[in-house]
Amino acid sequence: MLTYFIQRLVYVVPVSLGVSVFCFLLVHIAPGDPLTAVMPIDATAEQQAAMRAAYGFDKPLPVQFLVWLGNALTGDLGNSIATGRPVAGEVMRAVGNTLILAFAASLIGFSLGILFGFVAGYFKDTPVDRAVTALSITGVSVPNYWLGIVLVVIFSVTLGWLPSTGAGPGGSSAWKWDVEHLRFIILPAVTLSVVPMGIVARTVRALVGDILSQDFVTALAAKGMGRAGILRHVMRNVAPTTLSVVGLQLGYLLGGSILIETVFNWPGTGFLLSNAIFQRDLPLLQGTILVLALFFVFVNLLVDLVQPLVDPRIKRG
Amino acid sequence: MRETLLEISGLNVRFSGARTVHAVNDLSLSLDTGEVLTILGESGSGKSVTLKALLRLLPEKRTAIGGSMKLDGIDVMGLKGRALSDYRGKTVSMIFQEPALALDPVYTIGDQIAEAVRRHTGASRAQAMDVALDMLKRVRIPSAEQRLRNYPHEMSGGMRQRAMVALALACRPRLLLADEPTTALDATVQIQVLLLLRELQKEFGMSIIFVTHDIGVAVEISDRIAVMYAGNIVEEGSAAEIIRDPRHPYTRGLLAANLHDAERGSRLEAIPGSPPPLATKPDHCSFAPRCPHVTPACLKALPPVFRPGPRRRVACVLGERAFTTAQQVPVHEAAQ
Ligand SMILES: Nc1ncnc2c1ncn2[C@@H]1O[C@H](COP(=O)(O)OP(=O)(O)OP(=O)(O)O)[C@@H](O)[C@H]1O
Ligand code: SF4
Ligand SMILES: [Mg+2]
Repeated sequence: MLTYFIQRLVYVVPVSLGVSVFCFLLVHIAPGDPLTAVMPIDATAEQQAAMRAAYGFDKPLPVQFLVWLGNALTGDLGNSIATGRPVAGEVMRAVGNTLILAFAASLIGFSLGILFGFVAGYFKDTPVDRAVTALSITGVSVPNYWLGIVLVVIFSVTLGWLPSTGAGPGGSSAWKWDVEHLRFIILPAVTLSVVPMGIVARTVRALVGDILSQDFVTALAAKGMGRAGILRHVMRNVAPTTLSVVGLQLGYLLGGSILIETVFNWPGTGFLLSNAIFQRDLPLLQGTILVLALFFVFVNLLVDLVQPLVDPRIKRG
Repeated sequence: MRETLLEISGLNVRFSGARTVHAVNDLSLSLDTGEVLTILGESGSGKSVTLKALLRLLPEKRTAIGGSMKLDGIDVMGLKGRALSDYRGKTVSMIFQEPALALDPVYTIGDQIAEAVRRHTGASRAQAMDVALDMLKRVRIPSAEQRLRNYPHEMSGGMRQRAMVALALACRPRLLLADEPTTALDATVQIQVLLLLRELQKEFGMSIIFVTHDIGVAVEISDRIAVMYAGNIVEEGSAAEIIRDPRHPYTRGLLAANLHDAERGSRLEAIPGSPPPLATKPDHCSFAPRCPHVTPACLKALPPVFRPGPRRRVACVLGERAFTTAQQVPVHEAAQ
């Protein structure tokens, strides 16, 4: 068991290193000089060279990478070209907001997804099942920014119940879990939860249906287990796969959604990314992607670590 | 001092759905306390369905089930809800062909046995675990304390089937249903599990209904044999009677096929033709298309049941003649 944990932890090192190489190269793969966007068009050659030296772009690539990695390890991701502020601070603030949104969306999406999937799988091929299946297919296939706009039109514009944009009265850096702020998160969280809800519901439905058709369920009934007892076994059996699907979806949610955060003006990583892209702010883009990718690695690690605790069949030791 | 434990009369099971199957047709059977009965028959003859009907495990929606089953004073057909699940595992329990599939893969063996014990006796977790440990020792699983904490995938096939036996017997049922419990195992392991079952049966004084394709196994383990064809019992008698003096052409075919192979453990595949599809309820002898002695009378009505001795029966128009002139129906002819 311990070996398994250590193994998982050690795997993270090369993966993270690969991720950082990719993020670093991003700037150099992108067409055009990262500085041209911010430099005045009539800048002289000397001015350009000075600027380049100031950002370290004149050194050979490997050296640039090592400098960049060293800085990144100490929490310095450079400065935003557009605002001149440290990238790390901007990214952390955005990550915080995305986490809040992702947390709210997972709460809605995963609980309803698991519940719906369970009910549909248990009552397979009944009207309940067909209703849930239709709902989850719709959820997965409707473009969610469009759904977001529809929700805004209904609940903000027409009914006037909920605010349509922003993260609350405190702005982008003062979130609180109170009614005043929660009003702002409802619409983006619901919109964001629809796809994971659909995916989780469909997965759980298939799993429950599959487990219920297995011989050991008949054997459980044969030894006198009632409905509740059998359901407990079914839950334990679907838990491992459900967990990995939920983990994957959580990874996506933590990445933030460019479209939804833009529609709702939610100051998270998706919003930050779209700004960075439109302003060609490469250090900001690089830093944001690095942090997001590491997040993804981390969530997967977490799932890998929890998995053997729920599934005894995973090889241990 | 016979004491009847089980009395099945006129059992009918029909599945509807994509296609209709009359899986069991007017089956009657009785079993004494402490008796081991083997149901012998080809694939699809309705053996598993009969056992499942006894535990009321058939899917309720697509199954029409009729007739009566009385076990130890309980009207099995009338059971529902809590009374039904009290009966399952306590009065009657079952072991399955594939122990790997019949055990929950994510629960330990100990938990799975203890769960049944707690369900039926209301024992505490610790007490139920003690019972589970005792059962694992009785089925002679080595280092039982450790095995208690094993998951099914950590055990061998024979070990898993022993654990399944321990689970099924933990609540001391009056009747054990064993549906081809050794088919999935290696030959040597098969014999060990059979001997173990026989031993525990004597020790606990329970009855067993054993299902198999394998005549050798049937002879080894049972007091009585019932031969099943197309959802009904065509011949029944003591194990010795069935082996030495088979009356029904189907039984003769089975035995001949087995004797010709002269090898224990060979399968019952040597009778030419295949069993009827059972889309409609049989109104004449189901074996007629494959029977070397078929007469016009066989196709007109269901064959009469002859009772040449106590607890002995043959459902064939030849029954009486067979009774008096058994030697005139040569075994090799029946096997053609
Ligand atoms: N749940 C079900 N729904 C529909 N038909 C079924 C169902 N269970 C069994 N049958 C059909 O009933 C017939 C008898 O099946 P059963 O499983 O009792 O055969 P068996 O004698 O146990 O054969 P085997 O030796 O292969 O296990 C078969 O034709 C089978 O297809
Ligand atoms: S009743 Fe007729 S067809 Fe059926 S087994 Fe007897 S002789 Fe053969
Ligand atoms: Mg069967």
